[in-house]
Amino acid sequence: MPSRTGSHTPPGIGKSLPERGLLLLVVLVLLPLGAASSPNTNQPGNVDNHNVAVQSYNYTKKAFPVLSLDYHHVSTPFEISLWVLLASLMKLGFHLIPRLSGIVPESCLLIVVGLLVGGLIKLAGEEVPPVLDSNSFFLCLLPPIILDAGYFLPIRPFMENLGTILMFAVVGTLWNAFFVGGVLYAVCQIQPGSPSVLNSIELLPCLLFGSIISAVDPVAVLAVFEEIHINELLHILVFGESLLNDAVTVVLYHLFEEYTGAGTVTLLDCFLGVVSFLVVSLGGVLVGAIYGFLTAFTSRFTSHTRVIEPLFVFVYSYMAYLSAEMFHLSGIMALISCGAVMRPYVEANISHKSHTTIKYFLKMWSSVSETLIFIFLGVATVDGPHSWNWTFVTVTIILCLVSRVIGVVGLTYVINKFRIVKLTTKDQFIVAYGGLRGAIAFSLGFLLEKELFPMREMFLTAIITEIFFTVFVQGMTIKPLVELLAVKKKQEAKRTINEEIHTQFLDHLLTGIEDICGHYGHHHWKDKLNRFNKKYVKKCLIAGERSREPQLIAFYHKMEMKQAIELVESGGGVKLPASIPSTVSMQNIQPKKPPPAKPAERALSQLPKGREEEIRKILRSNLQRTRQRLRSYNRHTLVADPYEDGFGEFVIKTQKMIELEKKIKDMNNYLTVPAAPPDSPTMCRARLASGRGTDFKPAQQQKGNKSSPDPQAYSMKPESGGLPTIQVDLASPQSPDSVSLMDEFKAASKQQQKKKQQEEEDQGLMMKPSGANKPGEEDGGRDQPRRTRCLSDPGPSADEEEDEPFLP
Amino acid sequence: MGASQTRPEHKYQDLADKTGFSLEQIKNLSKRFQQLSGNEETISRDNLESIPALANNPIRNEIIGAFFDKRNQHQDAVGSCQEIGFEQFLMVMSHFRPPTLKTTVEEKEAMRKEKLRFLFNMHDTDNDGTITLAEYRKVVEELLSKSDAITKETAEAIADAAMLEVASINVPHMGPDDFYEGITFEHFEEILKGLEMETRMHIRFLDVDTAKMGCGKSTS
Repeated sequence: MPSRTGSHTPPGIGKSLPERGLLLLVVLVLLPLGAASSPNTNQPGNVDNHNVAVQSYNYTKKAFPVLSLDYHHVSTPFEISLWVLLASLMKLGFHLIPRLSGIVPESCLLIVVGLLVGGLIKLAGEEVPPVLDSNSFFLCLLPPIILDAGYFLPIRPFMENLGTILMFAVVGTLWNAFFVGGVLYAVCQIQPGSPSVLNSIELLPCLLFGSIISAVDPVAVLAVFEEIHINELLHILVFGESLLNDAVTVVLYHLFEEYTGAGTVTLLDCFLGVVSFLVVSLGGVLVGAIYGFLTAFTSRFTSHTRVIEPLFVFVYSYMAYLSAEMFHLSGIMALISCGAVMRPYVEANISHKSHTTIKYFLKMWSSVSETLIFIFLGVATVDGPHSWNWTFVTVTIILCLVSRVIGVVGLTYVINKFRIVKLTTKDQFIVAYGGLRGAIAFSLGFLLEKELFPMREMFLTAIITEIFFTVFVQGMTIKPLVELLAVKKKQEAKRTINEEIHTQFLDHLLTGIEDICGHYGHHHWKDKLNRFNKKYVKKCLIAGERSREPQLIAFYHKMEMKQAIELVESGGGVKLPASIPSTVSMQNIQPKKPPPAKPAERALSQLPKGREEEIRKILRSNLQRTRQRLRSYNRHTLVADPYEDGFGEFVIKTQKMIELEKKIKDMNNYLTVPAAPPDSPTMCRARLASGRGTDFKPAQQQKGNKSSPDPQAYSMKPESGGLPTIQVDLASPQSPDSVSLMDEFKAASKQQQKKKQQEEEDQGLMMKPSGANKPGEEDGGRDQPRRTRCLSDPGPSADEEEDEPFLP
Repeated sequence: MGASQTRPEHKYQDLADKTGFSLEQIKNLSKRFQQLSGNEETISRDNLESIPALANNPIRNEIIGAFFDKRNQHQDAVGSCQEIGFEQFLMVMSHFRPPTLKTTVEEKEAMRKEKLRFLFNMHDTDNDGTITLAEYRKVVEELLSKSDAITKETAEAIADAAMLEVASINVPHMGPDDFYEGITFEHFEEILKGLEMETRMHIRFLDVDTAKMGCGKSTS
């Protein structure tokens, strides 16, 4: 067939590429999500046929090529996309299979997929692409994962355990490297019987191998530890170690690589090695910190171009990584410090949306990279020329385990002398057992030059085996072991405001006690640092009012926001009548406390008439706030059309309102407010509506309004002014969890708006959208409370209209 | 009262048994005590208030108050005194001892209660067994007092929110007529159980001589 030959005519590489692409697609189809990927398969096939046809045309006569195929032109990005697609579909697939992910860690599954894909490619007779070459790994795949880890690094536990982490990362890794390398060399020499390949290995390559294999891998650790939900301390110990040992690995690697070429090591070289270690690690941190501050400083001025805000975070971080790598500094440490340094300031500067974007992009990139890394690991395994040597591999695995255990136990013995919270035997076991190796080791091994290291293949095989051993055996058994040993798990409970208050209280208390004791401990220096940060750094790096916002307030903002979202979610999602007595959430419980009208004398004395005034005040400010928040959030996404909903719902609404009226009558009894002033139910309800979160202070808000630097919150688009829009101003950056709620929030608020509007029409209230929405925030006029109340609380809102006059 | 200069070793041994400090630690603390008191037997509020490092502490009053609070002396006494001797000083300090590896689970629990009680007492200024809203507000207000941008209202709102939270955590099913009077110690424990107070509320007491290390003198 001419067509057949036609497809084979293009030169070597070009030929293999389309087929490889096809093959990948076939694999995609074979694997669980055939349905999802099938459209893709057809497409290249067709194109291929076209190509054939077109080419034969070309040979016969020179007609204008109507359709031509130039796969070569797009091959690289095309294949990359295919890999990414494959990775994402795999990830998707695993989570569709219900029980699988509970038993086998995702990383294992992904490696298996990689093995399968590699095997298929090989079966098809193609050469396996060198997917996991070191460049793409270190420059593309690794940074997102590390940045994600660095940006969301839990600073507090990290700093509290920094000593221990450093001990494990530096001393532990050194110990592992030299122990494994040394003993391995000894074993190779001892080997009895006929001379084997092993006898020819020299000490330096062994040490190099030891330094490659000894570093705990952050990617593997993250993948497994995220799944087992271990307590914070252990997590940060193992994870922190895996991050910080990078500097050690980098230095050792370059050191030994250098000397393997030179042949000898002098004392001076050792000394230079130590110096180099300091330079590499501290230099990495410094580079990262500089870029971190640059990011923070830049984000100070982005308030008018919110769209590109997230980009700065990514680009600066990547620059930090590249700059560090440029000088062979520790790129990982640069990324970590960059992310950790920029975060508090950037979060205060950027808008909520940007924050969400950053969060999602980081998570997305890191999870795709992680998936790709594991798949590539599988593929590379199939690909590589292996030289399997039982002795070498077995000894490697055993040595790794032994040295890790000895290292951890030995170091813990020393560390525990200084630690307040001692590491128990169980903890030590988990730390030792959690020392997974991963793709970094493989990539480093891959980088070795064949000429210098004749044993490269054997090294690679051993490294891969060790990786598989740790990821499969340790990774799969660690979860049952954690349960068996009853190691403390992570508490999922979200932080309460009381905890936050007392954490701060405790900080100050301990600082105070230290001062009284007359020695400068951790708390003293931490306090100094905080003070410095607040006084100078924040002023430079954070725009506007927020620089002066204390931590407690910031936390409060976050919580408030979360609550508001939850509230709207629960209120808007559920139909109105259900929302009052039956929902379990906070809002329903709380209002019972503020009206502490209990006849008890205590109550009366403690909650004087001022209380009512106060509720009123708080309420007003809350409403105002809520409104602002609601509005800014929806500025781009949601401008409800008042008429979009037609009269269909109108009838329902009226019914609901009747129901509501009843409900509110109940509520009057329900919420016993002192002296039951006419408007009290409203306030209670509004309070209920806004939740405890919104009990917030107007002070800041108003201040913010005057200076009004944040366009997110205050810019009113004229056209949107005509409509009741809901926006949420993130007074402060969201905690990650809350963001996920945003979508529901959006939906809910849209719903509410509609409801709202209809109710208004229904009651004949003059809610001329234009008039009501136009005024700036400064006029905390009557319109605002009314509207916001309604907006924020779909439930009783209908009735609140009636009470409106009572609200000044 | 106080550290007798004449037979310190014996005296210190008693104190060590009572408070759990090591002799070295007691020696260090006693040096500091004398520094603060100006070689007097007792220490007064003024002595503590004059510590320069404390000046910036937003809860300075609470901290100093705690030293003169009889409730923190492991006795049943109530009220506050004007001056405290070295023994009382140590007693207060002993609340900040870290747990050791040997500490049993029960001991840890007791330790936690003790530490929490200390905190609770700092809040419960009128010693009626509950932290009322007014008391809580005052604390929050002081916590925030060092940041200029904050008004009293902010602090109150936060305290209110926190109080609501306590109420809703501890008494989720309050009747409509119920009034949550204040945080009792049990509730206090409940809300702070996530904080692992037994391991967090500690400072490092030096075993070595502070004077040699050059730290002790610089504060005063």
